[in-house]
Amino acid sequence: MKRLALATRMLRRNWSAGELRVLLLALVIAVASVTTVGFFADRVQSALDMQANDLLGGDLAVIADHPLPPEVVDLARHEQLAIAQTRTFPSMVSIGDKVSLAEIKAVTTGFPLRGRLRVTAAIGEGDREIAGGPAAGTVWIAVALAGRLALKVGDTLNVGRAPLKVANIITREPDSVLDYFGIAPRVLMNDADLPATGLVQVGSRITYRLLVSGEHDAVQRFRLQVGSRPARGQRVEGVRDSRSEVRVALERSQRFLGLASLLSVVLASVAVALAARRFSQRQVDAAAMMRCLGASQADIFALHAWQFALLGFAGCVLGGAIGYGAQAVLARWLASFFTVALPLPGPLPGLRGVVIGFVLLLGFTLPPLIRLRSASTLRVLRRDLAPAEPLSTAAFVLGLAALASLIVWQAGDLKMGAIAVGGFAAALAVAAVAGYALIRLVSRLRGAASGPWRYGLANLRRRTGASLVQIMALGLGIMAMLMLTLVRTELITKWQQSLPADMPNRFALNIQDDQLADARRYFSGLGLFTPDLYPMIRGRLVKIGEREVTGKDYQDDRARRLAEREFNLSWSEELRADNKVVEGAFWKPATAAKEFSVEEGIAKSLGVKLGDTLTFEIAGSRFTAKVTSLRKVDWDSFKPNFFVIGSPPLLKEYPASWITSFHLPAGREDVVTGLVQRFPNVSVIDLSALMAQFQRITDQVSRAVEFVFLFAIAAGLVVLFAAISSTQDERVFEGAILRTLGASRRQLAILQLAEFLAIGLLSGTVAAAGAVALATVLAERTLGIPYEFSPTLPLAGLLVGGIGVAIAGLLGTRRAVSSPPLATIRGLS
Amino acid sequence: MWIGGEELFALDEDGRARLRGQMVGFVFQSFQLLPALTALENVMLPLELSGGDGAAGRARAVLERVGLGERTGHYPRQLSGGEQQRVAVARAFVTEPRLLFADEPTGNLDSATGEHIIDLLFEMNRERGTTLVLVTHDADLARRCDRRLHIAGGAITRED
Repeated sequence: MKRLALATRMLRRNWSAGELRVLLLALVIAVASVTTVGFFADRVQSALDMQANDLLGGDLAVIADHPLPPEVVDLARHEQLAIAQTRTFPSMVSIGDKVSLAEIKAVTTGFPLRGRLRVTAAIGEGDREIAGGPAAGTVWIAVALAGRLALKVGDTLNVGRAPLKVANIITREPDSVLDYFGIAPRVLMNDADLPATGLVQVGSRITYRLLVSGEHDAVQRFRLQVGSRPARGQRVEGVRDSRSEVRVALERSQRFLGLASLLSVVLASVAVALAARRFSQRQVDAAAMMRCLGASQADIFALHAWQFALLGFAGCVLGGAIGYGAQAVLARWLASFFTVALPLPGPLPGLRGVVIGFVLLLGFTLPPLIRLRSASTLRVLRRDLAPAEPLSTAAFVLGLAALASLIVWQAGDLKMGAIAVGGFAAALAVAAVAGYALIRLVSRLRGAASGPWRYGLANLRRRTGASLVQIMALGLGIMAMLMLTLVRTELITKWQQSLPADMPNRFALNIQDDQLADARRYFSGLGLFTPDLYPMIRGRLVKIGEREVTGKDYQDDRARRLAEREFNLSWSEELRADNKVVEGAFWKPATAAKEFSVEEGIAKSLGVKLGDTLTFEIAGSRFTAKVTSLRKVDWDSFKPNFFVIGSPPLLKEYPASWITSFHLPAGREDVVTGLVQRFPNVSVIDLSALMAQFQRITDQVSRAVEFVFLFAIAAGLVVLFAAISSTQDERVFEGAILRTLGASRRQLAILQLAEFLAIGLLSGTVAAAGAVALATVLAERTLGIPYEFSPTLPLAGLLVGGIGVAIAGLLGTRRAVSSPPLATIRGLS
Repeated sequence: MWIGGEELFALDEDGRARLRGQMVGFVFQSFQLLPALTALENVMLPLELSGGDGAAGRARAVLERVGLGERTGHYPRQLSGGEQQRVAVARAFVTEPRLLFADEPTGNLDSATGEHIIDLLFEMNRERGTTLVLVTHDADLARRCDRRLHIAGGAITRED
């Protein structure tokens, strides 16, 4: 306890020296950055967990893309489980001349088996919990749909061919936590009304769910039995293993946010290392003196370790508190994604932050502390001994190892972690090489500058190591911000501009064979456009060559989904203009041969090569044909395109539904209304609304990431202050010499300004170069548009870097400018 | 205290700096060269600070005079102690100050090198007609000066 009390007093005395402040600040930023994301993720996670039971609508769900075999239902009955069934699919709904796409869910009696819906009689009025689902002849609609179609309770909504009365407005539905598909709001109807709508037809994309609930053991028995007879396109989901795509997407984005938050930890660790090194250098003399006065090595170690521990504790508590506050900002921005209020975060992310703070602190302070123990007592007697170097390069290994394990821990698995460690290391290395080259260049050019400017630039080279660290840290922070602000909006705008003005903005799907001629007449009667209609046949890929296809064979998500579910197949007489054969040859029109043509990307994912045979199953019958061409598809054409196309002899005989896309001029909504009134089963998807939705989501998500990267910029600035603090004595001394030689305060300020302006401009250059390089890769590889260099990016980088760093640097070196020379020179002579 | 007609303590920090730049040169015991600058740049610095023209040419000429014409591009750490002190002497004379303060200028040098530096200092002092104020514990060195003030406990105890 005595040691603790002494350590507290020493901490207070050492506080004014600067390094400890930097150390604390770095820790606070690292912990705040990690806990912000951690607390937010925790809230989302517990929202998902709390709703898991409700989310499923039962204890267990059997989900299929085809009607469930009656045996499955019998099994559930046999186990005396409560049963409810749902069918969900997209469809148009209308009232008068207003139409909208909706996500229809037809439910049997008993739905929901678990959880309750909340409904209201009118938007804005208080809502109440309600048992069961809509009665026959009525629908319950989502708030979004009520708003869009100006629907009130009592109105009649046309669902397919059936007029159904709106009985309630849904404010909360148990099985949707995320308002992901606000584009197609929910319509809940009674399953008994479904036949009257005429919506269940060939090619309709329906998801069938059998929900069960009951005694735990009975549910488990049922689960085992259903699991023992696996069927294609059918899966069983329990409360715990619910791996909906939304959940997977959420987890992935949380992991990304988590890794983004680690950039600040990496940068903060640089500051911690610099400050710890500086602190122990300054403590060497004091330690030597204490050894002379009889302190043991253990005393020295304990006294300093306590100081770091106290500091670490303060840093973690402060950082955690900031993280707790900052997550509320994130939650507010992203709140519109969630249909439910997020529960408050638990304490675990805070603990995680504390662990990260202490690992960081220990990793980088332990080696210099251990060296401090052995401070030589001779130092007290012989001042001319070389200044002790308490930290060798090898000692950094512990810190780097600690950092790497933190990254792997945060990433959640070894592979992702290793990639992240590699990514951070590569980014730092590239920034370091670029920074070094720039420093050499600038110091060569210094001859052109005069007086204080020249001296400031000369300092840049003399402190190459320190300058490099600052340029690296600030460069990466600024680059992250540039990518998310300028590059993102620039790329999206460019991509949108690259799309033709008459690009299709509506998809119409589900046109039946017997409606085809009518639909063509309807479109040509408008005199606006003559859309191409494409047949669509749903089939399941069962074999590639002799190999049976199962989802387990594939790592790739898309390939796994396609192997497990149904494909949309199509047939065509000839190759379309937006398709290009890259391998093999496309069949001739009027061919008699039975052949397949496969899109090259999906061929690669599924492992299909030219000349392979594919076996598909459509409505119970199987057929096999050879792949005779691989195609490249221009997805940006926004026309319906298909991964697998068959020659007409192969597929023409199967019943198909037809799909088309067209450009609807503004103000011609009547075209859609007319189409839906004539063909109530046809769904029209508004692509421009989908794109707006996509943009809204990317905007919000990137705002969140930007917010997290603010911590990285802050960490970069702390690195700057750490570097300033470690060169403070030097600066004060040089300031004094210059003063003796007649330098004015202004000249001293210019000298400091020159150095920091250069560091800032070089960081900005590194950041802008990195951002341009990444943007080029993104534009050309991901978006397929040429990257046009615009001077805004480097200008922004230089401005942010130059001005920001110059101001911060001047603030940090006030003492070097204002110290009177006499005191300093006296201290030295 | 007045220097060149200006009252020292009536000036602010910047005013005193200006005065030093115009009238005073310094040679320190531990040289106090700026490590980031070459020998030439160190000597140019006072000229540049006072905004004089032809800094490089004048600095080069003084470095030639102290015998370092060949080492103008070297950094202080690449020079021996004697060479560093010669750079410091060049830096002190380059502005042609009326007053030169030398504080134990040989304190960090071996006796032979110290001897050379002192010779240089006195030679240049004569050439340029500067008033040299030299602080030393070395009685032999003190004897070479025209006027000697003995200081003890902060007060002048004797003059000879």
